[in-house]
Amino acid sequence: MKKFLSVLLSVCMLLSVCAALAGCGSAEEQENKPAVNAVPDEENPFLGTGTLTLNVYNWGEYISDGFEGSLDTVAAFEEWFEATYGRKVKVNYSTFASNEDMYSKLSSDAVSYDVIIPSDYMIAKMISDDMLLPLNYENIPNYQYINESFRGLYYDPDNLYTVPYTYGVVGIIYDANVVDPEDVGDWDLLWNEKYSGKILQFNNSRDAFGTAQYKLGLDVNTTDRASWDLALQELQKQEPLVQNYVMDEVYNMMEIGEASIAAYYAGDYFTMLDAQADDVDLRFYYPERTNYFVDAMCIPKGCQNQRLAEEFINFMLSEEVAIANAEFIYYASPNSLVYENEGYREDMGEEAMEILYPGIENFSELYNAYAFRNLDQDTLDYISDLWRTLRS
Amino acid sequence: MKNRNAALRRGSLVQRLALAPYSFWAVLFIVVPLFFIAFYAFTDEELHFTTENMRYIFTYKTDENASLPFYVTIFFRSFKLSAISTVICLLLGYPLAYRIAHASPRMQSILITVIMIPMWMNFLLRTYTWRMIMLDKGILNTYLGKLSLGPIHLINTEAAVIIGMVYDYLPYMILPIYSVMAKMDPKLLEAARDLGCNGFGVLRRVIWPLSLPGVISGINMVLIPSVSTFYISQKLGGKSNRLIGDEIEDLIYYNRNLNRAAAIAFVMMVLLLIFMAILQHRANKRAVA
Amino acid sequence: MKVLSKIYTGLILLFLFAPIAIMIVFSFNGQQSTAVMSGFSFRWYEALADNARLLESLRNTLILAFSAAIVSTIMGTAAAVGIFRLRKKYLRVALDTVTNIPMINPDIITGISLMLMFVFVGRLFGLANKLSFWTMLIAHITFCLPYVILQVLPKLQQMDKSLPEAAMDLGCTPLRAFFKVELPELMPGILTGMIMAFTLSLDDFVISYFTMGEDFQTLPIFIFNMTKRDVKPTVYALATVIFFVILALLMLSNLFDSETSKSLKEAKKKKKAKKQAI
Repeated sequence: MKKFLSVLLSVCMLLSVCAALAGCGSAEEQENKPAVNAVPDEENPFLGTGTLTLNVYNWGEYISDGFEGSLDTVAAFEEWFEATYGRKVKVNYSTFASNEDMYSKLSSDAVSYDVIIPSDYMIAKMISDDMLLPLNYENIPNYQYINESFRGLYYDPDNLYTVPYTYGVVGIIYDANVVDPEDVGDWDLLWNEKYSGKILQFNNSRDAFGTAQYKLGLDVNTTDRASWDLALQELQKQEPLVQNYVMDEVYNMMEIGEASIAAYYAGDYFTMLDAQADDVDLRFYYPERTNYFVDAMCIPKGCQNQRLAEEFINFMLSEEVAIANAEFIYYASPNSLVYENEGYREDMGEEAMEILYPGIENFSELYNAYAFRNLDQDTLDYISDLWRTLRS
Repeated sequence: MKNRNAALRRGSLVQRLALAPYSFWAVLFIVVPLFFIAFYAFTDEELHFTTENMRYIFTYKTDENASLPFYVTIFFRSFKLSAISTVICLLLGYPLAYRIAHASPRMQSILITVIMIPMWMNFLLRTYTWRMIMLDKGILNTYLGKLSLGPIHLINTEAAVIIGMVYDYLPYMILPIYSVMAKMDPKLLEAARDLGCNGFGVLRRVIWPLSLPGVISGINMVLIPSVSTFYISQKLGGKSNRLIGDEIEDLIYYNRNLNRAAAIAFVMMVLLLIFMAILQHRANKRAVA
Repeated sequence: MKVLSKIYTGLILLFLFAPIAIMIVFSFNGQQSTAVMSGFSFRWYEALADNARLLESLRNTLILAFSAAIVSTIMGTAAAVGIFRLRKKYLRVALDTVTNIPMINPDIITGISLMLMFVFVGRLFGLANKLSFWTMLIAHITFCLPYVILQVLPKLQQMDKSLPEAAMDLGCTPLRAFFKVELPELMPGILTGMIMAFTLSLDDFVISYFTMGEDFQTLPIFIFNMTKRDVKPTVYALATVIFFVILALLMLSNLFDSETSKSLKEAKKKKKAKKQAI
């Protein structure tokens, strides 16, 4: 056994050394290539030698990664940058699993990223905590393609810190083979006793309370504790019917028919639709009041090279890249280069376009009415306590 | 002779130098961080001394009518599930370790390697795959259905969490027991048999006491990680089986209350230390007897 | 009895390998699902080859595990030798206890405590990057060290003490005696310790999660963040590749083992034959 393991170990070591060398090797190769400078030296803000680094922090599975011939965004940026400015850049791309996860990493002051892509309410919190840098929009000319409805939203009313990346709406997904058409409609489906044990609820306090608050017509951003107590009562009524509180698990559960009713983000419905089992027939609808969200690109304080970060953000907004990302993630894009693109519309199909882009023109109105906002720590702690009450 | 003594003394100097980096490292990265846990557990956000965190853990109730405080309930659940998993690991692993120790040397090396292979696959992925197996409409029930058996409801139950824990930590039970058994002198067993012990007697009076050190280190290696795990219960346990690891993660990421998280970690550490001290003490007693 | 024990072993192995078998099957899934199998394809293997981020995290994991294993093996072996020679009993007890701490401490506590310390120290010195590859490496070395020490110490205890003394009598310096005589004796323990360190580091998620910096993401963390959205069979394809690499090496080394044992046997036979001839 020892012999086997030592062989195994040495192979692994060899592999890692090779990998490390391969990394260096390819770097050298590229350095030998004559630099194609598309930008004249006097206008080049990145003049100099040595490899630049850019640390990007994004949600897991939230960027086109070269899957099945799609664009490898990060590699494309590295290539494009070198071709344009004649200087190499190395992008360190890391992922997070939730806004809170990302926030605690950044607020612990332990890491420094150059570009992050959090959700709206977290951006508001970071702005109030003075954790973001104002952007220089002159370096992000592609910002002009962002739809007017996505400017001046509550989290960044003066358009100083953010460039929207994706947006979405929470809707209800159900299995038409199980759910009676009569029962479909608004939030009541998630409280319907007929489907006890077939219902999934968010495993995230804010989203879960949101479903109850929209159902009851309460304000999701209230600091009034009595109002939150009402929402808790509604969730406690629902608890016996709920199969489980889930986030990512929702995909598999719905695809194989383990559960039949769930509230989730519109774009993810299509991912499930693609993989549904033969005896499952997934459908989707929007309740009357529901949650709207925007995920946007920002530059946190502690960024090492703001000009470079802005270059990356601008690159993410360019037509080919933005379309590749929108098709990969399946979420709606606020970028007119994307949703007005014929090829993209065709790829998505008419039904998907209707669901993904409900009323883009009056988006800001609905958004400002229903989106989650940042709450003070007292209220957040109170919600956590209520959430524990529900789950204990 | 004088020369040799000098050489030996020089040897001890070399050895002391060999120990220096580790001692330095151990103090800096093992001992000091523990003080950080204790420090955070007994301070508030402004780093002033307080026992509030401790009081909170032992008194906070989500429901006034609940018989036990919230975190105490979770501690109980964590220890209960991981204790059951540890016992199952021992029951499953002990005979297998015995079997391997008595196989031919070649077979021994093959079996031990085979048992270690799953440890090389990613832990998260293995747990995720168990979830796929155990779902009501999952892989297991699909095949049981084809044999017109079942369905077995496993997912979102305590049993599912226990299966996940047993799966992930079983090799940690088998390996230490095996390594003790492999060193056991076969002549001892023969002697015991010659002296009139039957099979069970040999096991109880000879093999079991001799294998005790392996059993104890196996118990430690299974119990400790399963008490503090925070992925298995989330993926397999459903809505009502949250464990102490989940609560610590929640406090760090959702409430950003490091002090409270450190307090829970501190309590868990103390409980585990007490448990292991008792275990070791009993084992020593038995060894003496 | 024999049959029963064979069946028992088989059942346990079935239990241990069931999820791995499922990963392998679903890695050939024709569609994007880890729950419903339909059709057969290699698309997830193609996707794996194209996924630069996934491969980079694999590379990072290997580099980290390799570095942690090497450093902890060297430092741990030296420490074991030092601990073994310690004459002062209280020092020995203290060091033994400290060595046990990372093993008996839950991962989550080791991770959090190191993170708290790194951040505190970083703040003290006003560093921009308080967590990085280096903090992660320190954390990994720390939890690997005890395993190395505990593998080497028993070998030292088993070793014949007169050996190094004899070497020194023959004029070796202590250092030379150590490298020439003691080290080869300790080698099996050192190797096992190194393998354990490598394995532990490779699979660690919790401690890495808390001590990770911004520019170095490992495979377990990548997979964790992936399972927060939709897990694609791509990671199953990766697991399958890793599994077959290990299996191939296993078979190779077994072949190698039986070859050597065969040649050993033959050598013995020849010796016997020679003796008989004489």
